[in-house]
Amino acid sequence: MAEAHPVGFQWVVEAKRRGAKVFHVDPRFTRTSALADSFLPIRAGTDIALLGGVVRYILDNELDFREYVLSYTNAATIVSAEFSDTEDGDGFFSGFDPETGTYVQDSWQYEGHEGSSGSGHTAQERDSAAGLTHESHGAQVAGQTRRDETLQHPRCVYQILKRHFSRYTPEMVERVCGIPQEKFLELAQAWTENSGRERTGMLIYSVGWTQHSVGVQYIRTGAIIQLLLGNMGRPGGGIMALRGHASIQGSTDIPTLFNLLPGYLPMPHHADHPSFDEWVDSIRHPGQKGFWGNARSFAASLLKAYWGAAATPENDYCYGYLPRLTGDHGTYQQVLNMIDGKIKGYFLLGQNPAVGSAHGRAQRLGMANLDWLVVRDLFEIESATFWKNGPEVATGEIVPEECRTEVFFLPAASHVEKEGTFTQTQRLLQWREKAVEPPGDARSELWFFYHLGRKLREKLAGSTLPRDRALLDLTWDYPTHGPHAEPSAESVLREINGYDVATGRPLSSFAEARADGSTAIGCWIYTGVYADGVNQAARRRSRHEQDWVAAEWGWAWPANRRILYNRASADPDGNPWSERKRYVWWDAEKAEWTGYDVPDFEKTKPPSYRPPPGASGTEGIAGDDPFVMQGDGKGWLYAPSGVLDGPLPTHYEPVESPVRNPFYGQQANPTRKMYAHPVNSVNPSPPEEHSQVFPYVFTVSRLTEHHTAGGMSRTVSPLAELQPEMFVEVSPELAVERGLDHLGWAHLVTARAAIEARVLVTDRLTPLRVDDRVIHQVWLPYHFGFEGLVTGDSANDLFGISLDPNVLIQESKVGTCDVRPGRRPRGRDLLDLVADYQRRAGIVPGQHAPAVTTDSVGEEHGAS
Amino acid sequence: MLPDPNSLYGPLDPAPDAGYEDAPPRMGFFTDTSVCIGCKACEVACKEWNGVPQSGLDLLGMSYDNTGALTANSWRHVAFVEQPRPADVLGAPVADGAGPQFLGMPGSQPPGRGSGAEDRTDFRWLMMSDVCKHCTHAACLDVCPTGSLFRTEFGTVVVQEDICNGCGYCISACPYGVIDQRKDDGRAWKCTLCYDRLGAGQTPACAQACPTESIQYGPLEELRERAAARVATLHERGVPEARLYGHDPNDGVGGDGAFFLLLDEPEVYGLPPDPVVTTRDLPKMWKRAGLAALAMAAATVAAFVGGSS
Repeated sequence: MAEAHPVGFQWVVEAKRRGAKVFHVDPRFTRTSALADSFLPIRAGTDIALLGGVVRYILDNELDFREYVLSYTNAATIVSAEFSDTEDGDGFFSGFDPETGTYVQDSWQYEGHEGSSGSGHTAQERDSAAGLTHESHGAQVAGQTRRDETLQHPRCVYQILKRHFSRYTPEMVERVCGIPQEKFLELAQAWTENSGRERTGMLIYSVGWTQHSVGVQYIRTGAIIQLLLGNMGRPGGGIMALRGHASIQGSTDIPTLFNLLPGYLPMPHHADHPSFDEWVDSIRHPGQKGFWGNARSFAASLLKAYWGAAATPENDYCYGYLPRLTGDHGTYQQVLNMIDGKIKGYFLLGQNPAVGSAHGRAQRLGMANLDWLVVRDLFEIESATFWKNGPEVATGEIVPEECRTEVFFLPAASHVEKEGTFTQTQRLLQWREKAVEPPGDARSELWFFYHLGRKLREKLAGSTLPRDRALLDLTWDYPTHGPHAEPSAESVLREINGYDVATGRPLSSFAEARADGSTAIGCWIYTGVYADGVNQAARRRSRHEQDWVAAEWGWAWPANRRILYNRASADPDGNPWSERKRYVWWDAEKAEWTGYDVPDFEKTKPPSYRPPPGASGTEGIAGDDPFVMQGDGKGWLYAPSGVLDGPLPTHYEPVESPVRNPFYGQQANPTRKMYAHPVNSVNPSPPEEHSQVFPYVFTVSRLTEHHTAGGMSRTVSPLAELQPEMFVEVSPELAVERGLDHLGWAHLVTARAAIEARVLVTDRLTPLRVDDRVIHQVWLPYHFGFEGLVTGDSANDLFGISLDPNVLIQESKVGTCDVRPGRRPRGRDLLDLVADYQRRAGIVPGQHAPAVTTDSVGEEHGAS
Repeated sequence: MLPDPNSLYGPLDPAPDAGYEDAPPRMGFFTDTSVCIGCKACEVACKEWNGVPQSGLDLLGMSYDNTGALTANSWRHVAFVEQPRPADVLGAPVADGAGPQFLGMPGSQPPGRGSGAEDRTDFRWLMMSDVCKHCTHAACLDVCPTGSLFRTEFGTVVVQEDICNGCGYCISACPYGVIDQRKDDGRAWKCTLCYDRLGAGQTPACAQACPTESIQYGPLEELRERAAARVATLHERGVPEARLYGHDPNDGVGGDGAFFLLLDEPEVYGLPPDPVVTTRDLPKMWKRAGLAALAMAAATVAAFVGGSS
């Protein structure tokens, strides 16, 4: 966190000043470790084994916050008798379909709801990264469930959890992760001791944690611990997802993703959602509890914002204009499609995939096979010059004179040269003023898209083609100002906030959203940011002039709520769990919820409220159901649907690992998204042969001194000089083993690429003893590329493309490689070196090793 | 008014001594290295605000330090020290003569070489943002022949670049090796403690940029109190190695305007353990020189007088 989020780290330092104990888990000792009370070196990709060990420690010692767990989680809910666990399936849950490599989730459901809740065909959910839609809410589940409040029923979630993690012992943590047992126990003890009624503990991760083939399940494991310990919805608790700078949260809320619409409404699928009603029902899921019951209002208001007067109840608010998904349109599928000549044009905005995305060579080869490419950035980045300066030019794979892609480079305005909002990790929107005019032809993204849309509409004006109606009917009337006709960012914020169509009055809450076409809302979760016509995101009252929640600094979605699910900060009767951790509570005299924050609950619904039988939507949420966006109002220890690779996290080895999975016959995540393509070779892992060809584990991350793919830091002298060269960090032991000299050169080889780097020998990397072997890990920064003041080979070139099944994020934080002293070969020799490694490793380009590595699947599948 | 007897050595408030009437309180830096995260925001903010040129694109291999030292082109420098945890910090008694002691000095070998993985679970990475000390007794200022170096009303020491003639006397005079000549223009450059910002009531750029309040700016008296309290807290929390450096008005430079909380000996961070203002002995030397001249004159006189007799 100190490395990648130094500004946010001030609050960790502040917590330390107040006596908090800080543990840091990382494959190498970083600037965060330097300030932590305890550092746990971990083998990259084994976090579920570690956190699963903590779950077992909690359950075995009965250290869970029982009252919280019973009332607020699904611990007592009884699961279908058809469910079987990975403990019985050698790494597989029930319902695996080897044909598609996905699960049929019926057997995972709560008892009595088999087949009625799960979507069944998760192969399509995987293609559309459907897990992403759960960012703001839980997956679908029936509201009414059978429970055993004694937690003794063998099929209640609590008992299933206990059995599932029973083998995640401190000994196994040491064996799998390389973390000494004493260190593990120190962590487990501190975490549990600092949780409960009087105390809360927080789990913090940065986005590197998600970049694994089991990335979503990492976070799920953290969520299970935090629910068991009663750390959710309470001050000082929670899971702090440190998202990318500076508005990655904003770019999922108002998405730059292929499968989402604003406010986590899913992009419709051509086959599943032919009509508006079918689409809306797939979101609100009639019969389910919770706030998604109002999905129709949010959806209609969004379409109304898009198409204004043209959108009427009679034409389903122009639902037909919305693009439809037809399959996997994720960024990696697109790159392979580019290589295969299926994509002709591409826009790159503030993104540098030639350096920043996994498998840089595939990215560059793909972009070199387009008709046109538009790059908008502050500097001429690698993704704009790969056709003349990229490494493939040296190897002869790209010939500048013959490269067919026409690249349009358009200079962009930086964040200080335009106005708008950032949405940071706490869902806090903060308004930025423009500090200086952008230089030369540099323009804001807002300017670019507004005028692009305006020109397209001008060119299409008068068209009678039905396909042009979506563009021509758009509301595209933002006021502009200045010599360059810059659109007003505040007018966009007003539209995002939403307004009453008849009067133009800005809405103050998404509760005002209507499904009858009388409201237009650009992003329903942001409603309130422009309440009363005031830019609430621009509020800057100092924290010294208000209480510690600082509700008047910026504006947080939803409804300026700073902690989600904060009803859980009070006990089932509505009283604070403790004076010390008082946050939101029920005021019996006034008969309303009150507190320091905006209560995440219907204001006047008493704790004693019990829904009438058959109630759904918000009416179905009981007075003691704090998780109001979940279909059953409960925090999910066990996820009966929504997570495609299992209702519980399970340790699988990374796709590339030198180690056989010590827990199960199944080696890696069997549901991961694999792309068998000639460019996408994968290093062999046990039980395949030849894994010793790539004996070392490598991981990459950020340096404080550089920013992502380096486009904003390697180009700027005061930053570039602070980390002026690409390097690889190795332990003294590995340096001896491979003959590497401090400040000398080394090159690293995978089945995709070979890159070179200067060597830093450092104690911050430690060999780990794993399963009676010594595992060496090396670390590289991923910032370097071939443009800018300081250059170097790109670490991301080493990775292949293997994705998490839930959100289609790439596994780009762990892989295997070989490390050799000296510089890498040049020209064709470089390709020959990689080809030689492929041959020695038995890799056939275009073929994938089977995902299933245990015999038990066929039997289990046949029996079910 | 008689000059302060401590004008060249000993405790002193430098601004009034330099002739300022109604000088504002002396301002300075307290750099608490126990919360430094080595982000180098101070280095960048300093360069940006003061227009300091690039100091080179070299990978130095000194941990994450690619700045190397305080120079004419680096007025803040974050030192990174990778070291095994000293035995006494771990709580184990240090037996007399039990093998070589770790002195914290950078070795010629890469760190950790020769030790096994089993022995190396604990490790320390120290970071410290170094800066001009703005000494109470600033030798650079004392030796400057042009008056380019001057004492500000805030008690800080600043070079006026338009008067500096590049003689370089200040460079050899500085006991910390801070002030430095810029290669391409020959003049001496160093931290101004953002004199231009101070005058406008603003915080120096580095302190403003520091995310963890490792660099604190304020009236020196207040900072000294705050630092003493911080050391006491750290001692209470089991960090006995925390200590202050440059805070003592009775030290060899009369105390620094920029002082530090360190977690090891000053040498470990590349700081001199006992700096002394190089002009301390100036009165004594003038006295000796004067005596010698008198003696010479007397001897000459005696020779003439004797000769005539």
